[in-house]
Amino acid sequence: MAIELIKIYAVWFREVKRFANSKSRIVGSLAMPLFFLIALGGGIGALVPDFNYPTFILPGIIGMTILFNSIFSGVSIIWDRELGYLKELLVAPTSRATIVIGKALGGATTSVLQGAVILALGIIFGLASPSLIGVLLAIFIMVIFATLIVSIGIIFASIITEIETFQLVVNLIMMPLFFLSNALFPVEKMPEWLKTLSMFNPVSYGVDALRTLINGAGSNPFVLDILILLAILIVALGLAGALFNRTSI
Amino acid sequence: MEKMSAIEVISLTKKFGAFTAVDSISFSVEEGELFGFLGPNGAGKSTTAYILTTLLKPTSGTAKINGIDILQSPEKVRKSIGIVFQDQTLDNRLSAYDNLNIHGMLYNMPAAARKKRIKEVLELVELSEWENKLVKTFSGGMRRRLEIARGLLHTPKILFLDEPTLGLDAHTRRHMWTYIKKLKEQGITIVLSTHYLEEADALCDRIAIIDHGKIIALDTPQNLKKLVGGQVLSIKSQDNEKMLGLVNSKNLGANARILNGSVSFEVKNGSEAIPGIVNAAEKAGIKIESIELHVPSLEDVFIKLTGEQIREETAGQSDFKRGLAHGH
Repeated sequence: MAIELIKIYAVWFREVKRFANSKSRIVGSLAMPLFFLIALGGGIGALVPDFNYPTFILPGIIGMTILFNSIFSGVSIIWDRELGYLKELLVAPTSRATIVIGKALGGATTSVLQGAVILALGIIFGLASPSLIGVLLAIFIMVIFATLIVSIGIIFASIITEIETFQLVVNLIMMPLFFLSNALFPVEKMPEWLKTLSMFNPVSYGVDALRTLINGAGSNPFVLDILILLAILIVALGLAGALFNRTSI
Repeated sequence: MEKMSAIEVISLTKKFGAFTAVDSISFSVEEGELFGFLGPNGAGKSTTAYILTTLLKPTSGTAKINGIDILQSPEKVRKSIGIVFQDQTLDNRLSAYDNLNIHGMLYNMPAAARKKRIKEVLELVELSEWENKLVKTFSGGMRRRLEIARGLLHTPKILFLDEPTLGLDAHTRRHMWTYIKKLKEQGITIVLSTHYLEEADALCDRIAIIDHGKIIALDTPQNLKKLVGGQVLSIKSQDNEKMLGLVNSKNLGANARILNGSVSFEVKNGSEAIPGIVNAAEKAGIKIESIELHVPSLEDVFIKLTGEQIREETAGQSDFKRGLAHGH
């Protein structure tokens, strides 16, 4: 067991170090959510004067930040395959499960770091004032949410192996997951069709839990959100492991 | 007691759909040997390497690496071998040190041993002063050296080198050879696949010549060259077809064929044969432009065995990918 832990750490370390080495990725990954928060929050906020829209979407934007980075981390296995590094991983005396877990935790780490930065900025801007416990719980939710999204990315990377479809995959997963969720719109005001779709979207539960913790405005009971997230995480991680197990160079 | 071979391959076959990439090959490699796989791109070298390193499953047959069956315990096999792939497999966004350190962790090396060994292998490939630089700043030759260092990090018993000098310029290639010779002196078993004839000649103890998935000859470079009797004459004339007919009808030499605009054939002793050949050509009214005499090279062996020259192709088109293309 200790043996596999050091190997999981190796895969995790690679993900985190790659991220730390890429300054453009760090800046880029924070710029987009900030644009969303400021432009969308300010613009749409002006349309709904009775509703504090920027406060409402802060958890949604944190969710978006994690969603984008985590999908990218999971799907980056396609790049590892293209650029050859996957061979180095697959030929090591390491189980496939180790690689999946290390990859999921590595992607989750960089995602949660970014999510935490957005949360900190939100607090500084006065969009939220959660308690310390609330912040710690929010980080915990971010970890579960990010790990499950990376797993979904790994699932797609294991099925789709062509680098040409990389951008398409990223867009086809990310855009619906983000827009067909409660990240930008309150569930109570949604048209029926959107409400139904968002109910089957893991992003909605991550964002709802964060909303409960950050500004007490979640729709579902907090425990329900956590249970649903954990259930999806277990299924997604298991599926990612099984599919990645079948992948070859 | 029978001496254990480092590698024992028993009727290994790999098919991709209707295409047979590796066709029932058998051979063994002794401990400490530098064993060469020589053949054109698409001959089945990389596919064989992928199977022996457990990245691909054979269609039939099996192999034992350090006495361990590749089908029964692939993970144990992987622990005992090091691999340098034909295509680059480094992480360009990490430093040389991080690439090695992660590799050491994946092979379960304890921290102290890892640190010490990273120093050693970096020194061996003369990259010590580059250890903290990102790999994306490295030249092609430096990357290859780093990959060799990484392949050696966990002190494997066998090192697989798949086209280690592909795409490198002649100078860097010769430089790489000195590293590979250094490794051999340390007693490690090396399996080298290459389509560069001089490379195989300069480095290998024994060479398996592989073409269309089959081993067509297996021996030391010296013995392989003996397959071509004596010396090789290449005669350039104004009428190569007529010259070829003359050589064949007058029995002037063996295995005559037209290659690169001249008639090429084997003779026992070139300097003694030339006057007679020139006379015969004159009588037949063929004007000879030049005569070249050389001792047989592996290239002559390859031509003799396959009837064609080794196919030089661009880098990156690995036979594995071609195999897949055939399969789908």
